Amino acid sequence: MYRYDIHDQTLVDERVAQFRDQMERYQAGKLGEEEFRPLRLQNGLYIQRHAPMLRIAIPYGMLAGHQLKALAEITRRYDRGYGHFTTRQNLQLNWPALEDVPDILAELAKVQMHAIQTSGNCIRNTTSDQFAGIAKDEVEDPRPWCELIRQWSTLHPEFAYLPRKFKIAVSGAAHDRAAIQVHDIGLRLWRNDEGELRVKVLAGGGLGRTPMIAETVREDLPWQHLLTYLEACVRVYNQFGRRDNKFKARIKILVKALGVEEYRRRVDEEWAHLKDGPQTLTQAAVDDAKRHFPEPERRPVADSAIDAFEALRQENRAFARFVTNNVTDHKVPGYKAVTLSLKRREHAPGDVTADQMDAVAELADRYGFGEIRVTHEQNLVLSDVPVDEIEALWQELEALGMANPTVGTLNDIICCPGGDYCSLANAVSIPIAQALQERFEDLDFLYDLGPIDLNISGCMNACGHHHVGHIGILGVDKKGEEYYQISIGGNATDDTSLGKILGPSFFREDVPGVVEKVLEVYVAERHEDERFLDTYRRIGLKPFKERVYAH
Amino acid sequence: MPTEAQEQAPAPVHVDHLIVDGELAVENAWCVSFDENALPEQLPAFVPLALWRKHADDEELAPLLTSDTELTAALGEELARAKAIAIDFPAFTDGRGYSLARLLRERYGYQGELRAVGDVLVDQLDYMRRCGFDAMALRDDQDPADALRALSAFSVSYQSDVHQRSALFERRLAETH
Repeated sequence: MYRYDIHDQTLVDERVAQFRDQMERYQAGKLGEEEFRPLRLQNGLYIQRHAPMLRIAIPYGMLAGHQLKALAEITRRYDRGYGHFTTRQNLQLNWPALEDVPDILAELAKVQMHAIQTSGNCIRNTTSDQFAGIAKDEVEDPRPWCELIRQWSTLHPEFAYLPRKFKIAVSGAAHDRAAIQVHDIGLRLWRNDEGELRVKVLAGGGLGRTPMIAETVREDLPWQHLLTYLEACVRVYNQFGRRDNKFKARIKILVKALGVEEYRRRVDEEWAHLKDGPQTLTQAAVDDAKRHFPEPERRPVADSAIDAFEALRQENRAFARFVTNNVTDHKVPGYKAVTLSLKRREHAPGDVTADQMDAVAELADRYGFGEIRVTHEQNLVLSDVPVDEIEALWQELEALGMANPTVGTLNDIICCPGGDYCSLANAVSIPIAQALQERFEDLDFLYDLGPIDLNISGCMNACGHHHVGHIGILGVDKKGEEYYQISIGGNATDDTSLGKILGPSFFREDVPGVVEKVLEVYVAERHEDERFLDTYRRIGLKPFKERVYAH
Repeated sequence: MPTEAQEQAPAPVHVDHLIVDGELAVENAWCVSFDENALPEQLPAFVPLALWRKHADDEELAPLLTSDTELTAALGEELARAKAIAIDFPAFTDGRGYSLARLLRERYGYQGELRAVGDVLVDQLDYMRRCGFDAMALRDDQDPADALRALSAFSVSYQSDVHQRSALFERRLAETH
């Protein structure tokens, strides 16, 4: 975990004081609504449907147990005792009182947290791979690089009023778990034949109302130049991105309009002046960042313990289900990463109560070196669990309602807060997720379907990433009525693709039935062991369309 | 009746509160005129580039850059002779002026006064300062006391900027060695 030194702490404390002053001026009428808006947004504060919403930053999804406990306490004291983890690895509070927000930020600062740049037209929280540092397919731990980017982007004086929001994601593994192709900038750390670290820089991806897959701006940037190159990328966007129409203001529109060659030319021209200047990374700087992410002191796990774990998996069907779906291989033999499911019918996807937060923090202390990760799929991960403790952890998670063995299945739905909370939404999304989880709760059926990403957004801003769900559901508003558009074939990982719309939208109550028909086509058409996505890619949209709209 | 030219171009703007080098200036002699065709009656003035070029020897004129100015190398060099440069913020949410200021200071080594004009609000000032503005003409409704306080909100920053030529990570390394 990155730990603040005096400089980080001073900056966060001064930010709290600054916001308190801004809030006082707003309440005294010295700051108008319009003027206050970007200031509050850049501190994570939205004015929402029922109450303000506060989005708290969880840098690249890394949380310490004591921080999660502090968050639990904050939700009890200032909110309604629960929080919502988002697809960008942050935590949202749905019911804070406006006047309490400076105090909440002060509480966060005490545990080295903040809400800086979790909204607004600036560089947002950098996101990454939830299995960073432990993944078997990892080339380079992305976390130190994310931390360097976090510092570079925090209160950057030049980039606080960009044309639109700007999101960066970093992957350091062979398999992309950070959806880097649908970010404003996606970075992939890799090594060339000489073993030297290089950065692949993608730009212009994004979801929202004009979804696009990112273009490659630079294949092989030497790591020393990461920050100066990012500065050039964002400066070109700041100067040339459209400001006349907020729906055309994201960098994807600029890259598309200029063409990636021209965008690259301008970036390179800019970078020629910045290269080797201030903020050029050195080995010492990177080592200093890496110092914050040491390997935990893992005790050795005996081979016999590994055998016992495998034996239990053979004997106990429920345990086997949990392990198959919610447990991920680790680079160190004898260790596993365990995903805590935040998907269960009683709660909105990604929601956690204060009591659960406390309990997870304690589990992290006992089973996972006091660290928790937040996933892009709105679950939590304990990243370093010895195999001989997984059964005990599983039982504790069962008791907490967080052992739902459905990670990666149709039931593991990504979902935005939707019309129940969000003032932008056209339609509700949580009740759709709950109706689907109810319809498809039979585990054998879910396992038979294999990996399916089902993503729901309540409006075209696409916070629920519906474009990249294998099945995507989008709430739309037609003359005040809620309808749902269904698309299939999206994908957020290595071979990223955007879903195609099946056809006319559906009534809310018809959504589970339509999804069922889509699944029936898949089950009937699939080749042995073929994933839903691959079947779709082979047979196309037509058979699905015919079945769904048949009379 | 106003003439056609007056209708097209807004009247010159003059604001009361000007911050120079972190302090409230005693007075602000300069106005800002967007009229590309005629010099304002009130001088000295920041005027559009074309007009400034036309009156190259006039000591009472300085160039006004709009936020969409494309700062080419030729323009960057040409501006070196300006005694002051104003950069307009047509809306406080338009962040292009920050990049223009940094480029003028860091790339073209501009040494004269760099003044932020237009929709200049209290809570932008510190970013402006870090990007190289040494003068900020506050929008008329802004409280100068709030402005001065806002300028000293932060004692630490992560990035390099016009004044602080190294990033915090570089300074940290220097501290420990």
